[in-house]
Amino acid sequence: MKRNSVFAVAREAMRQHSGWRRTWGNPEPKKLYDVIIIGAGGHGLATAYYLGKNFGITNVAVIEKGWLGGGNTGRNTTIIRSNYLQDPSTAIYEKARSLYEDLSQDLNYNVMFSPRGVMMLAQTQHEIRGYQRTAHANSLQGVKTEFISPARVKELCPIMNIDGPRYPVLGALWQARGGSARHDAVAWGYARACSDMGMHILQKTEVTGITQQAGMVTGVDTSRGHIGCKKLGMVVAGHASAVAEMAGFQLPIESVPLQALVSEPIKPCMDVVVMANTVHGYMSQSDKGEMVIGGGTDAYNAYTQRGSFHHLEETVRALIETFPMVSRLKMLRHWGGIVDVTGDRSPILSKTPLGNTFINCGWGTGGFKAIPGSGWGFAELMAKGESPLTAEFGLDRFRAGRFIDESVAAGVAH
Amino acid sequence: MLILNCPYCGREKDETELAAGGEAHLKRFGPGSSDQDFEGYLFDRANPKGLHFERWRCAAGCGKWFHAARCTATLEVFGTYKAQTLEPPKTIRDAITAKRPGWSWRNFS
Repeated sequence: MKRNSVFAVAREAMRQHSGWRRTWGNPEPKKLYDVIIIGAGGHGLATAYYLGKNFGITNVAVIEKGWLGGGNTGRNTTIIRSNYLQDPSTAIYEKARSLYEDLSQDLNYNVMFSPRGVMMLAQTQHEIRGYQRTAHANSLQGVKTEFISPARVKELCPIMNIDGPRYPVLGALWQARGGSARHDAVAWGYARACSDMGMHILQKTEVTGITQQAGMVTGVDTSRGHIGCKKLGMVVAGHASAVAEMAGFQLPIESVPLQALVSEPIKPCMDVVVMANTVHGYMSQSDKGEMVIGGGTDAYNAYTQRGSFHHLEETVRALIETFPMVSRLKMLRHWGGIVDVTGDRSPILSKTPLGNTFINCGWGTGGFKAIPGSGWGFAELMAKGESPLTAEFGLDRFRAGRFIDESVAAGVAH
Repeated sequence: MLILNCPYCGREKDETELAAGGEAHLKRFGPGSSDQDFEGYLFDRANPKGLHFERWRCAAGCGKWFHAARCTATLEVFGTYKAQTLEPPKTIRDAITAKRPGWSWRNFS
């Protein structure tokens, strides 16, 4: 693979861009791989990448039912932060955030990581106490966050109305090195690097069954025939329960739609990411100028990738008080992704009842920010059978009552 | 918008007037049961892509809990029925069979 660089751009400019190569290959499946990853979203591709980079395992196939990065990787609001409360969460999200810092250099692919700062607004007394507690916890965990005053909020984000009658802004939890990245580019960059290492990314290949012998996985049945493997990783987010059922076990997961929408593009007006958890609205401005808005999840199980319309209304209604200028914006698109929510709102990165089979799921409404850290830890778990990053995220924690309770910590889904 | 008919008050309610209560027909395990059963009761869910039995509450209406049979992939509603039962009534099962022959969900079919 030719390296991307300013010289490559100049060279191609001289010959009418005829020298660019396909970003990743489109191979025929082999009979047997050392590792198969089901799901070519961000987490699956990152897992494959770190299997190759950190452990030299490159006889890997990443199998995808649809197209690469077409699920939740392409449907989120691209917020990157690591200001969690519990130690295991902060460890894996901060690992991810720190990997994002130089991911573009590592992958030689511009993922457009923009550490523009993330603020989570405190709009009730309860939230003030909660975020102050999180800021203290973060300083013990070595994550730089601080609780800032309403005046500082206004200074960082002038378009915000901090004196709203119903939900005034009383302060915010500020993480200056949080931000956003181009979500598609994260998937494409990992895919390019994986393909470059000789891994196979098999798109439009649906897994229809999982074959096993004596309690150990032997491969997967797919729409392109049976493919053997020595180890299997399931990284399929919203469809985790369906794939787990093929392997013969159940998960503590429910799948619900989560929605987002973007406005027409406008001139730059907001250079931070704002999350308002009380009113359930998140907003940032993309490089194209669109205001990117995230809302809440539906209350009931569904796989429809669109969600309930009244949730959009609630989200926009809430944001208009905090951002009055939004009220005149036209919304261009809205969509939904199917998120896999666990009881304690923390992910599952774990061995499974089926031998040599591992599962990475349950990221719920906050998976994008975790992609590099999740891939790093899950690759280590698959290669070595254990990882300090994933140790607390086992499936057995639900039986043991050892929850990583971020739902209580945040007070909302996140 | 999802609209369900409350089997108690007989009114059609849209989802903003209802509260979703998760999977129906769970067998309750309490003190003295095994850790595995208790975990299953509290956390493990069928979470199917397709036919699902679930609990709803007529929150902005009569306040009663009821059950619904619904498809999570298409949002089609096969019917609603009262909650004082351990299994879906025959009328509901027939309605599902008419549209999804050969269906199964946990121990029901």
